[in-house]
Amino acid sequence: MNAIENFGARTLDYVNEAGRMGLFLINTIINVFKPPYKIYPIIKQIHVIGSLSIFVIIFTGAFTGMVMSLQMYHTLSKYGSVSVLGSAVALSLIKELGPVLAALMVTGRAGSAMCAEIGVMRISEQIDALDCMAIDPHKYIVAPKFIAALISMPLLTALFDVVGIFGGYMVGVGLLGANEGSYFASMQADVEFSDIYMGVVKSLCFGLIIVTICSSKGYYVHLTKGGGFGAEGVSSVTTSAVVLSSVCILVFDYFITSVLL
Amino acid sequence: MKAKITGNPIVQLVDVHKSYGPHHILKGVNLDIMEGKTTVIVGGSGQGKSQVLKHVLGLTQPDRGKVLVNGQDINRIKKKDLKKIRTEFGVLFQNSALFDSMNVFDNVALPLRERTSHSEKEIRELVEEKLAMMDVSGSNDKFPAQISGGMKKRVGLARALVLNPKIVFFDEPTTGLDVKKSNEIYRVFYKTQTQLGYTAVIVSHDVPKIFKLADYVALLNNGIVQDCLTPEEFQLSNDPIIKQYVETAMGPLYSSEMEDEL
Repeated sequence: MNAIENFGARTLDYVNEAGRMGLFLINTIINVFKPPYKIYPIIKQIHVIGSLSIFVIIFTGAFTGMVMSLQMYHTLSKYGSVSVLGSAVALSLIKELGPVLAALMVTGRAGSAMCAEIGVMRISEQIDALDCMAIDPHKYIVAPKFIAALISMPLLTALFDVVGIFGGYMVGVGLLGANEGSYFASMQADVEFSDIYMGVVKSLCFGLIIVTICSSKGYYVHLTKGGGFGAEGVSSVTTSAVVLSSVCILVFDYFITSVLL
Repeated sequence: MKAKITGNPIVQLVDVHKSYGPHHILKGVNLDIMEGKTTVIVGGSGQGKSQVLKHVLGLTQPDRGKVLVNGQDINRIKKKDLKKIRTEFGVLFQNSALFDSMNVFDNVALPLRERTSHSEKEIRELVEEKLAMMDVSGSNDKFPAQISGGMKKRVGLARALVLNPKIVFFDEPTTGLDVKKSNEIYRVFYKTQTQLGYTAVIVSHDVPKIFKLADYVALLNNGIVQDCLTPEEFQLSNDPIIKQYVETAMGPLYSSEMEDEL
């Protein structure tokens, strides 16, 4: 009986948390459209989420493109199709690996910081202070992060794709000797607008997932069962925010792909 | 027991109950906060003093009962109306709740920037004025991590007062401060209240010092307000619980127990 009760209680906790996150997202979207509109906080968040992630995106993008090219060159050469190496690398990156890996990198770098920052604000009563000053915390703290993530994610994904394609070129053409002309020609011939569109839609959805999960986990750190207040509470919700965001990115990647294909 | 005080109540708690899981923290709190007066809420640790404050600020909702501010039940009004009521509040939190990423000036300027249409020049003047009132001029560029606990409290108070609120709430304003710094906080409080004339609600352990500043003292005991009296009435009360609290907090009982032990 205890096992069933525990299962039920845990299920209710998850349903509660999902509900809180849903309401959090709705509240944030409402506040995005509410005046006053201030540009500086958004630019600051674009710097935090976007600019500060550029290095890690370039680094991971380059090596992803390089390993993709390496793997595909050997596979395609078995079938005499090395000429489509450029198109294979580009399509894999644009439609799948770019949005997913860029989102995972941003989750690890900016999402965790976002969750910890808001969590610390909660436990040190800074969010209560905003409420008491009649300043909506959703408007003041979360809305700029939300807008910044929606702007930054597609740009970071595009950067990941471009650097990945270049990394693939370095290995495929520079190292393994594939034809330079066919690398770019096949890419030009096979990559269509719908592929780019899929990448952009995915990156926007992943940006939304990262902000919603990471911000709401930090915002509700005091309501987290077993988490509670204090440094341990913040550290535990930050870990769970990163894990949940990463899992959701992969799960939603499947569903978005199945809808858009 | 309903508090026996007279005047015009600006905040009223009516039969407020609150539980967290199996813990029944507030068991029917009744309290009137009088306009323009200083009400001090005292009580032992874990008696729900900060919870009462959170209910009045609308940060926590009661399981049962009403919290009225200017006659409006803050748990039954729209969010925008609650926001409007909160524009009349100023709060000094226990840990000051300053924003770590902002310097002293920006912390105090925040309510002005977010809630008014003042120019930066006007904001600068108002912030400088309040910081001077708190004797913390010259620390504008310092961050909260770079200033002492006493200064944090004064900056927090400057932020709470920058919009000239009607009611100011103090949650344990001298916690973690030494005697000298506690006295400085009380001096600043006395000066600002005399100048600005706000209603003050202070949650404090600092008995008997706080009696000198209070118009009314409310004792929270076991989840209810035992009574709310003037400091003189409170100290002379025959209510056994108040009497015991006063004796414990002010010395005689504590001293005699210590003597027995020694």
